[in-house]
Order: sequence, then structure tokens, then C-alpha cells
Amino acid sequence: MSNNLQTFTKGLIKENPILVLLLGCCPTLATTTSAINGMSMGLATTFVLVLSNIFISLLKGFIPDKVRIPCFIVVIASFVTVVQLVMQAYVPDIYETLGLFIPLIVVNCIVLGRAEAFASKNPVFPSLLDGLGMGLGFTLALTLLGCIREFLGSGSIFGLTILPETANILVFILPPGAFICLGFVIAIVNKLKKENH
Amino acid sequence: MKYLIIILSTILVNNVIFSQFLGICPFLGTSKKTSTALGMGAAVIFVLTMATLVTWLTNQYILIPLKLTFLQTIAFILIIAALVQMVEIILKKISPSLYTALGVFLPLITTNCAVLGVSLTVVTKEFNYGGVAHMLSLGESIVYAVGIALGFAMALVIFAGIREHIDLMEPPKGMKGTPIALITAGILALAFMGFTGIV
Repeated sequence: MSNNLQTFTKGLIKENPILVLLLGCCPTLATTTSAINGMSMGLATTFVLVLSNIFISLLKGFIPDKVRIPCFIVVIASFVTVVQLVMQAYVPDIYETLGLFIPLIVVNCIVLGRAEAFASKNPVFPSLLDGLGMGLGFTLALTLLGCIREFLGSGSIFGLTILPETANILVFILPPGAFICLGFVIAIVNKLKKENH
Repeated sequence: MKYLIIILSTILVNNVIFSQFLGICPFLGTSKKTSTALGMGAAVIFVLTMATLVTWLTNQYILIPLKLTFLQTIAFILIIAALVQMVEIILKKISPSLYTALGVFLPLITTNCAVLGVSLTVVTKEFNYGGVAHMLSLGESIVYAVGIALGFAMALVIFAGIREHIDLMEPPKGMKGTPIALITAGILALAFMGFTGIV
């Protein structure tokens, strides 16, 4: 049981896909203009990650070793299409804002990375936990970045106005702000990691 | 004139890295040395153009007539994966020197989101070049892809040049490595914002 718990929690902080492993930078930079956008992107990725991990773990006996990567990609792309259609139907506004980055979950290194490194070697339940942990870690990091950028750039968090308009630093919701914010957050994480050792 | 506008806007105004955030992983991963950056840039120019050509034709002549456009994501990623593999085999046969130069970068390109991103953009988005909003024709799509790839290569080479200099400096401890690279990229992106509005 403690082993399962560890599989789940390692993705949240210790092996956080963005802040520690630096995987999946493109959606991180592009969709964190506000906290809600970052969180939606994170949850969509989590959904794909969990389902693809489950299916790849179930299919691991049937997939020939030589063509495993294309097989994984087909499984992942199918679930991405599901997410795409569902979001288009129920949350068209968010779908419109996230735009291209929903289909691009297919090429997100985290999803393929977990399929290759974990799901293709482990039973179903741990794979599910691994996917969920990694997905939530990704969501956590995206929401954090989204909060910081939204607070600095438009003076609000989750749409709730905190600072008056005159205090907004517009550049933080524009592309350069994304790079600079992520740079500083990773620097802080590195510093904390060194102090713990 | 129309093609010139597309090229200028994709290289400078809507640079694939600094304003669209596609292909950040190879951008950070292969920019430690200028020579590696040049190799990766060349490989991307080659594959992106080929991939856009093939996916555009597939979409126009197979997916649209059969009303299967919802399969775009799956179809395109498979085409790109197969294409990269094929390019690798052909290059190995006909030009071993080019293969050794590009070799290590080719497999990486399958998961470069710029390739899938551009293939999907040119068939789904309406553009406004020359007054009226319209879907891109084959010629315009190819020019768009070439522009994006050139923008990618240029950003990569500039960034690699800067990173070679940063390596000689002594940044604060926690900033070493990725953080300082990201902040540099941010400052470069600020510079590229200056091109907004020229087209």
C-alpha cells in the first residue's frame, strides 16, 4: 500500500514533471496566461495521461516491442481526440482559448514519457496512480504559474480582481512574461532542493 | 508580395518560439552549442516543409471528401512519424554525410510540437493575407511552413550563440542552467515583440 501511495505522490512534488523534470514546456508557457486556463489545460492532460496509462498497461502484452512507440502514439492520439470533442461540446470558450494546445497534448513529452517509462512495464492499478500523480503535479505547476502571471499581469486570481488596473504589469501575460516567470519559479525550486539536501 | 508578407510575419512577428510557444523542448535541449543548433535547425526546415506538404494533401484529398476531418490529429501524427522514419532511411542511403549531420536530430523531431502544430494550423485556421480571410492554399501553406521553420532555426542559432557566452559567466547558484536560459529567452522574446505591427 505504501508503495502505491509513493507511486501516486512522487509526481506531485518530488518528480514534478515541469518544475523538476522540465517536460512539457510548450503548453506550460503558452496556456498559463490565467489561473483558470492553466488549470483547464492541466486537467485535460491529466485525463489523457490516466486513460493512456491504463490502456497501455492493459495492452502491454500485445504490443510488439519494435513498434511500441507508434502504438503508444495511436492510443494517446485517440484519447486526445476524445478530449477535443468533449471540450468542444461542453466548454467551447475554454476550447477556443486553449486552441491548438489541446490537439498538441499528443506530442506532450510527459504523456509519451510515462507510457514508455512506467505504464509499459507495470500493472494497471499502479499505472493509473502514476498517471494521476503526474497529471495532478502538472496541473499544480500550471495553476501556480497561471496564478502568478494572472496576478502580476491583470491583477486578479481566478478572475477575482485584487489589484487596481493601474498596478498591472502587462508584459507578464504576454509571451516574454511566460519565459521569465517559469525561469524564476524553477530557480526557486532549485534553491529549495539544494537546502533540503 | 503575398508570399513575402507570409514569410516576414512567420519569421519575425509571429515567431514560432517567441510568440507561439511551439517546439520549446528542442529549443532548450539543443541550444547549448551553435553547431548543434544549426543541425537541428536544418533538420526542422526539411521535415516541417515535407510534413506540411503531405498532411495538407492528405487533408484535402482524403479526409475532407470522406468527412473524416475529426481524425486530423491521429492521421497527422502518424503521417509525421512515418515521414520522419522514411526521411531517415532515404537520407542514410543517398547522402550519408547529410545523414550523419542530421541523424541524431531526426527521431527527436517526431515529438517536436512545431511540426504537428503547423500541420494542424494550416488546415484549420483562416488567415488574412491580402485583404480577405481564407483557408491557405497549398502554395501558401508551404511558404508558411518554410517561414515558421526558418524562424525556428534563426531563434535557435541566436539563442545558442547567447548561451555559449552565458556558460562563461557565473550566475547565482540557483539560476544556473535552465532558469538563466529561460530568462534569457524571455528577454529575447521582449526584443521580438518590437516587430509587432510591421506587417
